[in-house]
Amino acid sequence: MQALIEIERLNLFYGSFHALKNISMDIPEKAITAFIGPSGCGKSTLLRSLNRMNDMIPGTSTHGSIKIAGADIYGKDIDVEALRKNVGMVFQQPNPFPKSIYDNVAYGPRLHGITSRHKLDEIVESSLRGAALWNEVKDHLKRSALSLSGGQQQRLCIARALAVEPDVLLMDEATSALDPISTLKIEELAQELKAKYTIVMVTHNMHQAARVSNQTVFFLNGEVVEYAETEKLFSNPQDQRTEDYISGRFG
Amino acid sequence: MSESTSASNRTLAVSGQPGNGIRIGNGRMLDRKNRLRIYNRSFRIVCVASAVFVCLILLSILFFMFRTGILTFRSVPASTFFFSTNWDPENESYGAFLFIFGTVALTALTLAISVPISLFVAVFLSEAAPRWLSNALRPVLDLLVGIPSVVYGFLGLTILIPLLRDITGRQLTDGLLAAAIVLSIMVLPTISRISDDAISAVPAKFKDASYALGATRFQTVFRVMLPSARSGILYGIILGMARAIGETMAVVMVVGNTPQLADSLFKPTSVLTSNIVMQIPNVPFDSTWNYALYLMGFLLLVISLLMIVVIRVLQKKGVKA
Amino acid sequence: MNRLKNRIFTITVWTVALCVILFVFALLLLILERGFPSLTWDFLFGLPSEIEEGGGIGPALFNSFYMLFLSMVIAVPLGIAAGIYLAEFAPDNAWIAMVRICVEGLASVPSIIFGLFGIALFVEMFQLGLTILGGAASLAFLNLPVITRVTEEAIRAVPREWRHASFALGATHLQTIRRVLLPASMSAIITGLSLASGRAFGESAVIILTAGVTTSGVMWDFNLLSPGETLAVHLWYVQSEAIVPDAQQISQKSAAVLLFIVLAFNVVFRIPAWVRDFRIRKAA
Repeated sequence: MQALIEIERLNLFYGSFHALKNISMDIPEKAITAFIGPSGCGKSTLLRSLNRMNDMIPGTSTHGSIKIAGADIYGKDIDVEALRKNVGMVFQQPNPFPKSIYDNVAYGPRLHGITSRHKLDEIVESSLRGAALWNEVKDHLKRSALSLSGGQQQRLCIARALAVEPDVLLMDEATSALDPISTLKIEELAQELKAKYTIVMVTHNMHQAARVSNQTVFFLNGEVVEYAETEKLFSNPQDQRTEDYISGRFG
Repeated sequence: MSESTSASNRTLAVSGQPGNGIRIGNGRMLDRKNRLRIYNRSFRIVCVASAVFVCLILLSILFFMFRTGILTFRSVPASTFFFSTNWDPENESYGAFLFIFGTVALTALTLAISVPISLFVAVFLSEAAPRWLSNALRPVLDLLVGIPSVVYGFLGLTILIPLLRDITGRQLTDGLLAAAIVLSIMVLPTISRISDDAISAVPAKFKDASYALGATRFQTVFRVMLPSARSGILYGIILGMARAIGETMAVVMVVGNTPQLADSLFKPTSVLTSNIVMQIPNVPFDSTWNYALYLMGFLLLVISLLMIVVIRVLQKKGVKA
Repeated sequence: MNRLKNRIFTITVWTVALCVILFVFALLLLILERGFPSLTWDFLFGLPSEIEEGGGIGPALFNSFYMLFLSMVIAVPLGIAAGIYLAEFAPDNAWIAMVRICVEGLASVPSIIFGLFGIALFVEMFQLGLTILGGAASLAFLNLPVITRVTEEAIRAVPREWRHASFALGATHLQTIRRVLLPASMSAIITGLSLASGRAFGESAVIILTAGVTTSGVMWDFNLLSPGETLAVHLWYVQSEAIVPDAQQISQKSAAVLLFIVLAFNVVFRIPAWVRDFRIRKAA
């Protein structure tokens, strides 16, 4: 597998707090990479560095480099909007806009200049199909997105992210607010999506990481403790701390 | 630690354009991007300019009021202005004490009438009334806040004053009491709605704890609810006070507009606001008389800004508590 | 003993509250009831009379709407832009905290101060005299801080998740403001605007000082430099200063019209917001 995202000696500070310490790793394309670790270990921070959402938090400073497809995303010549278009994100809480289902999915394409009704219809349908939501909502696309159930809302958010044709999909504990059945649906969806997208997911749920991901990264206190094939990491952890964590001794 | 493939391979195909899609100036959408960038920047500038403009207005109000008002002291000693009760501009007497006293007395009287009643209404809305009734009454009380002050003044003039005349048997009932009653009706919705919100926001656990100890509703309201909501209630009272101090037309219509010290509730008098509005249209701008009126306005301005500071401090305390 | 106290307390609360509320309503109903039955089109659109009976309120009513419109044209864009700045662009420092206090202070300054400011600026400095323009601009200054605060608070109340979602899709700041933040805060902003316009419509002290107590005496006078007595001012003027024999009737009818329009403002402007909230609540 080839590396799509290359992180080199990344250090990140919130004010004086050293949130990420000297992180280097390569994330392969068209696979699912899971970040696990106890809360506050930096896994979400790293995820949010990948589409520069951390820029929105005042006092954040980033050192080192993150390259996506060879381009340093913290470089001077980077168009942040285009980066975020290429690196989609799904959040912990489903966060559809208070608009119709259709307008939610069409939001991104419209931002990027697509106005043709016909084209938008196509994108909405293919994105909703991609997020396995089309059959449930195709008859009432004009309904408010807030009328959907939590799991449906989250799949709508995935569809919304897919609508701008990203290469990478970041999922920040995307199932933690959902019930088990909805969670399962999202996990299945992720399995399908990895054929086309590079997926990086943060999860507080080790079992989920074990079920879904190809690679797993274990974080502790802002450092990467262990990075391995998922199967290997869970069956034969190299580091004592990893073993403690996955056997439930802390976190 | 990194076991995955080496990063040497730079030729992967990401949508056909390795990494270039996110670089500035390499997309096909260059024109559009530039346009968006310009929109963003100019929109931001418009917003900054508007905020600056709002601040400029306050500063120029302060400046104009102060610069004009301060000229009073060229011909009137400060002690006369603040402590003399003799306001007779035709004969060069500029004692504003009677207006300052009028404003203070009117505000105090207004609060004395309106605060207890407003608290009753607030307790009624938040604790006593059934939910449907308070839900219906709240928006209606909010509507009352928007009714123009001349309408209240008109009510006072045509209903209240004749009524007071009948009750007291006096010829003249214009004065502080009439003005205070009108103002009380005006500030009642403000104070009671804000207090109502404050009482409703008291966590249910406090109330539950009190009832669980066998307290009656009366005890719970007075010992738990009102004390816990006091900073919100105080905020409402200060807002009501600000309105009472600054209200002009409703007062003008019932206070009598006579520059004499109010030593009785029914003696026609005048307060800062009513005196300004009644006299300024007939006064040349460059005259001590006009300067004195501006100085009175400046006083009002300072008082109302001070009250904002008090509210800010209260809110900070409320956050800390 | 305790039970008795409690009983008395409950009864007192009910009595006082209901009496007060009913009393205020009775007063307002009285105004409408006294004014409306004798209301005619001639009165609404007719010219006022200084000496004889039968004067109308046409020009004053027109001025009320005209000045309201002008003042909102000035205050709404400026106020909303300033509110957006404070909510979205302003850095979090002492300087901006000062600006916020300025705006808050300005929002609670007694209206008569704006009248004095209007005199100093338009009558004295620009030598315009008492004009519709000066009155409308002073009204705009009066409402500007209110609109700024309402906008800032409404935008701040939009859930952060929506902003994040928009940015994560590659939206620029302006796109996020225009397509997510403003639509989501629109109902709160409109409520604020309706309050502000009700206030501007009923305001009288500012108008007396900056636009005067007379009209140009003709209907549909769009001249910005005409004197601009409004309905609210007319109500006071007729009741307190005028010498027409039917002052009592004129003021009763004016009061009813004024009250009705202001209430209508408050209600009508909020209907879209109510419908919207209802829709969202039903959907959620």
